Amino acid sequence: MEKTLADLAPNEAGRIHAIKGVDGLSQRLAEMGFTLGQMVRVVRFAPLGDPMQVRIRGFSLALRRNEAQRIVLDPS
Amino acid sequence: MAAATAPARSAPSERLSRPQPASAHRPVVAVIGNPNTGKTTLFNALTGLTQHTGNYPGVTVESAVGEFTVDGVRFLAVDLPGTYSLSPRAPDEMIAVNVLLGIGEGVRTPDVVLCVIDATNLDRNLYLLTQVLGVGLPVVVALTMTDLAAKQSINISLSELEKHLGVPVVPVQANRRIGIPALRQALARAAQNAHRSISPIRFPAVFNHEVDALAQSLPQMNGPSPLSRFLLERLLFDAGGSIETTLVQQLGAELRPQTDAARTRLAAAGVAVPQLEVDSRYHWITQVVEATVQQAPTTNQTWTDRIDAVVTHKIWGLAVFLITMAVTFQAIFSWAAPLMDSIDALCKAIGAWVGDLMAEGPLRSLIVDGLIGGVGAVVVFVPQIAVLFGLIALLEDSGYMARAAFLLDRVMASFGLSGRSFIPLLSSFACAVPGIMSTRSIDNRRDRIATILIAPLMSCSARLPVYVLLISAFIPARTIGGIIGLQGFTLFAMYLIGLVIAPPIAFALKRTILRGEPVPFLLELPPFKVPAWRVVLFRMYDRSWAFLRRAGTIILATTVLVWALSFYPNQLQVSKEFQARRATASAEELEQLNTAEAGVRLRESYLGQAGRMLEPVVRPLGWDWKIGMATLASFPAREVIIAALGTIYNLGNEQDEGSVDLRAAMQAERWPDGRPVYTPVVALSIMVFFALCCQCGATLATIKRETGSWGYAVFTFTYMTCLAYLGALAVYQIGSRLG
Repeated sequence: MEKTLADLAPNEAGRIHAIKGVDGLSQRLAEMGFTLGQMVRVVRFAPLGDPMQVRIRGFSLALRRNEAQRIVLDPS
Repeated sequence: MAAATAPARSAPSERLSRPQPASAHRPVVAVIGNPNTGKTTLFNALTGLTQHTGNYPGVTVESAVGEFTVDGVRFLAVDLPGTYSLSPRAPDEMIAVNVLLGIGEGVRTPDVVLCVIDATNLDRNLYLLTQVLGVGLPVVVALTMTDLAAKQSINISLSELEKHLGVPVVPVQANRRIGIPALRQALARAAQNAHRSISPIRFPAVFNHEVDALAQSLPQMNGPSPLSRFLLERLLFDAGGSIETTLVQQLGAELRPQTDAARTRLAAAGVAVPQLEVDSRYHWITQVVEATVQQAPTTNQTWTDRIDAVVTHKIWGLAVFLITMAVTFQAIFSWAAPLMDSIDALCKAIGAWVGDLMAEGPLRSLIVDGLIGGVGAVVVFVPQIAVLFGLIALLEDSGYMARAAFLLDRVMASFGLSGRSFIPLLSSFACAVPGIMSTRSIDNRRDRIATILIAPLMSCSARLPVYVLLISAFIPARTIGGIIGLQGFTLFAMYLIGLVIAPPIAFALKRTILRGEPVPFLLELPPFKVPAWRVVLFRMYDRSWAFLRRAGTIILATTVLVWALSFYPNQLQVSKEFQARRATASAEELEQLNTAEAGVRLRESYLGQAGRMLEPVVRPLGWDWKIGMATLASFPAREVIIAALGTIYNLGNEQDEGSVDLRAAMQAERWPDGRPVYTPVVALSIMVFFALCCQCGATLATIKRETGSWGYAVFTFTYMTCLAYLGALAVYQIGSRLG
């Protein structure tokens, strides 16, 4: 089973392996810096469980779980 | 083939033709950059008081436009919407591309592009910059947030950066107005030199071959100009994007198989798009950042982290949020109220003064009731708008707004909207006009329109008098189960109705007329900062003025129209009759006669006649023609019903919801057969109608302004009126059966 960004807990980090899908979302993610080999760290989840706050390339981004599921991480 | 059929397919205004260069007159600077880079503050500092919101050719939404002068030469600056890249996936996102490429009627290519880069987010900001460099216009880079970068121990070598980019880089701190004169000089120099920027990104040869091949097969696009090349590259990069759609419209459907085939070939060669673009750009960016930036590793918790820990906390976060919302709400309700009351009083005073100067007759009535009353009806909104936008600007500029959207997104997403819609909807509980205007913060057009269309369902402050009057007169002062007061509960229920109906409607809208590719939430959470007071004040002024200019005219027009319908035909016979009665009346009777005359006038007017004609339509709701007429009169502004009812029951139009006389008059009303007209069920049906109906010309005018078309305003009016009718019908029919 592949590990995605949505599977991380707060303060856990991972390295990006791939971005699933070829649509507006995947393009936008890539444009904002979610590139292969990049480190991304989970900061927290919103009180209602969704969305989640992550840190990448020095800035904070909020994204929904179903969006985070597109980001496949290195299994390590 | 394509050449022969092309002219027939495309409209001249949308043709992606070769751009016309800007004339020597008033050079144009287009300002572009990521969101949250301080671009607005910078634009403010650059253009000063010349800044205003306007319609720049080619920009379909209103954008900030302003001027600045360097050595006697006046420059025009236009602020493009904040964006992360130049790859448009929706018509709305085409704005930046259209302006930069000079596409569209009346658009000229800018003389200079000012790209705003955030020093604390260099990688991501450089992505857009490399794309902008590829367009081939003169570019100047403004590096903002340098003070913040210094605090984070980020050290950027400007000379190195300039070397790699090939364009001037000017450091600025917009909030402290540092670096602005140097920036203006750099812009003037760039406009004069007209030195075209070159993209530093080298794409693989196989990709360039495909672009060349595409250029060969599209005669219109042929040419050595880098502009055309930029479009071709975007065509290959953005599968299914707006550029491809526009070009297909223009050049024919044969284009698509060509681009698809090209992309397949690229994928087979191991350089699939769109990864190719992203990888190439970020590869270059990483190298440049390494060469120009020195960052000392810091593990210090920043202020932003500390505040975030509280503000997004399960308990504290929600508490802070509720308090913030309560303050916002309260501000609109009560801080604006004294000013609104003053405006109201002032208008009445002016009206009375003018009235005393004039002779009785249609002209006096037109001026006092129609025009002065109408202007008052418009201006009275300004305090609420100013207060709301001042608060919103504070919340946005400080960075808190993004956190609020973060907290609420889960709830909003369940019916098809996002966290960004919350503030506009909350504001609409006070008044839909500023609420709808504040939807500008929602960058996705479909989400924005969905929010606008359900905003009037939030029970606004104008409905409150109606509820209060009907509840206090006709809902018994009992308690449910000995604890919950029935009257208070009914009031709460009225507010709840709109709140409960809105989500399914938003959901339905997103599924039907507003359907489209699902929009990513992806919201940046910028660092917290102290809001810039200039930005806040400007926003308050700008939105208020925009409201007065646009919505004002329409509100004034409808007020005058309603006045006319309630004044004419103004039969002379009625006046004569009352003149006679006044001649023999005593002082106290005079007052009564005046109000009685007003009552008769209203009943005999066109509006009154319409009311009587409509009686069959409102009977199923349990209403008589007087209620119908009063409701009709309140379509432009729902508060009018109280004055209208007062006039119809011969009490004059000075009644308000607390008036005992009006309540008594209503309680005494009877059908011809003796049954009371107003029962609790009838009262409920009236309230439900008012809860669900859009009786506000100001709201409809604002909807038209914000969506750019009358269609949405008409749609809102129609669907809400139908909802209101059905709701009132259901309430009356079911309620009267239940007793």
